[in-house]
Amino acid sequence: MAKRPIAEGLFTDEAEPRLIGGRRLSDGRIVFPMPSGGEAVFYEPVPLSRKGTLWSWTVQRFRPKSPPYAGPEAFEPYAVGYVELPGEVIVESRLADVAFDRIHSGMAMELVILPFTSDPDGTIVTTYAFRPAGESA
Amino acid sequence: MSDVCIIGIGIHPFGRTEGMTGMDMGVAAARAAVADAGLDWNAVQFAFGGSDASGNADTMIRLLGLTGIQFINVKNGCATGGSALFAASSAIRSGEYDVGLAVGFDKHPRGAFDPIPADWGLPEWYGETGLMLTTQFFAMKIRRYMDQFGISPVTLGRVAEKSFRNGALAEHAWRREPVDLETILNAQMVSDPLTKFMFCSPAEGAVALVLASEKKARELGGPVIRLKAAAMRTRPAGSFEVFSPMLDIARGGSATNIASAAAFEKAGIGPEDIHVAQLQDTEAGAEIMHMAENGFCKDGEQEAWLAEGRTEIGGKLPVNTDGGCIACGEPIGASGLRQVYENVVQLRGAGGRRQVPGNPRTAYSHVYGAPGVSAVTILER
Repeated sequence: MAKRPIAEGLFTDEAEPRLIGGRRLSDGRIVFPMPSGGEAVFYEPVPLSRKGTLWSWTVQRFRPKSPPYAGPEAFEPYAVGYVELPGEVIVESRLADVAFDRIHSGMAMELVILPFTSDPDGTIVTTYAFRPAGESA
Repeated sequence: MSDVCIIGIGIHPFGRTEGMTGMDMGVAAARAAVADAGLDWNAVQFAFGGSDASGNADTMIRLLGLTGIQFINVKNGCATGGSALFAASSAIRSGEYDVGLAVGFDKHPRGAFDPIPADWGLPEWYGETGLMLTTQFFAMKIRRYMDQFGISPVTLGRVAEKSFRNGALAEHAWRREPVDLETILNAQMVSDPLTKFMFCSPAEGAVALVLASEKKARELGGPVIRLKAAAMRTRPAGSFEVFSPMLDIARGGSATNIASAAAFEKAGIGPEDIHVAQLQDTEAGAEIMHMAENGFCKDGEQEAWLAEGRTEIGGKLPVNTDGGCIACGEPIGASGLRQVYENVVQLRGAGGRRQVPGNPRTAYSHVYGAPGVSAVTILER
């Protein structure tokens, strides 16, 4: 089945994908995502660490309004969190492969790319998430 | 420079009113405020007003009266009302005018707000993947705060319980029924750790205030309630804001911190001098964090404050005496002015069953909103 990322330039296409941030040329500040448009000239793309620790979290218990939400009609609650990538930046992400009652701040997390929804032609649309590191690889 | 006084207040009840537009409510509030000041519309020399989603405020002159006055529209998200008030206050303080109006109104559909990523300078995927929800931000900000400073879920529940108890005593509130702590804590979870009773909802309503120079206020003979400070600020580096795909590891303060500090400096008093406060309580966690961000307590002390009832109407520092956003709902353009309305009611001693005892003389209001704005006022009688 064909696959496509939900946005170009969001994460790398490699065996162990990484989020793509931006490093500000003037001072080295790291941002996520890599800025686009007129702002992009002030940054260089930089792949971010695949591992980090959970900084805060919640569970999205109702289906967000569409637009902007583009997930499947059938709704399952999902966890969301901020993951601190050491020395880089804290990124917001979906959380995967963890029971809601086992989530706690400080957990070791790693990046995964997961199917999110599908296009009308069946193409699978992928997005990024973080899951507990070292479990069910 | 003249001191600025609030001489008239008007409100259209918050909640849901079928058959009225947001602007209709704005007109009703404006008429009520002008009448409360003992004036008629012809006496109003200028206005600043706005809504987030209910149209252009200056259109109201069609109904209020075509007197040719200066009427400037304000659109500044959750700080719309506070910004209108700041602008109106500046116009009087400068000596340009003697009497003016600040008005805010809104009418939102049911359910959570549904922002468009481009309006906030964000990529489409951020909204598409279900990360762009105000509810998630509030949940994650208080989750982090609870982990850092030892705030318990029961304390969140106590805030909401107080909101409904106070709202039941306020004629303009939307939620007029008390809800007990058990019900609040065991209700459906919306965004952990916040249950449905801990969140405010988008709603409808309008508030108008008539401002005047002190000289004019004294001529009219009513109680002189001075607007000692009105400050609106944007976020500093390292703040934690709604709609943030990333945060800097080096953490900083908040828009609230700097708006609050600026207002206290202008007023020449400190948090310990405030007798009643209305603090942005988009959800129960926000009220807790804003107690500290505005300087009323240290981080973590809220646990004891709520357990001891210090923010109750009869407590050391009554907070959200009309039930705040949790009981009144949040019409974006009107919400900040509702807080000032409530403060004027309290300083006049007109709060009825929700009146703060002990003849309060100072009152504080605070709003916070996307994308990191805050507006604070300090009133003194």
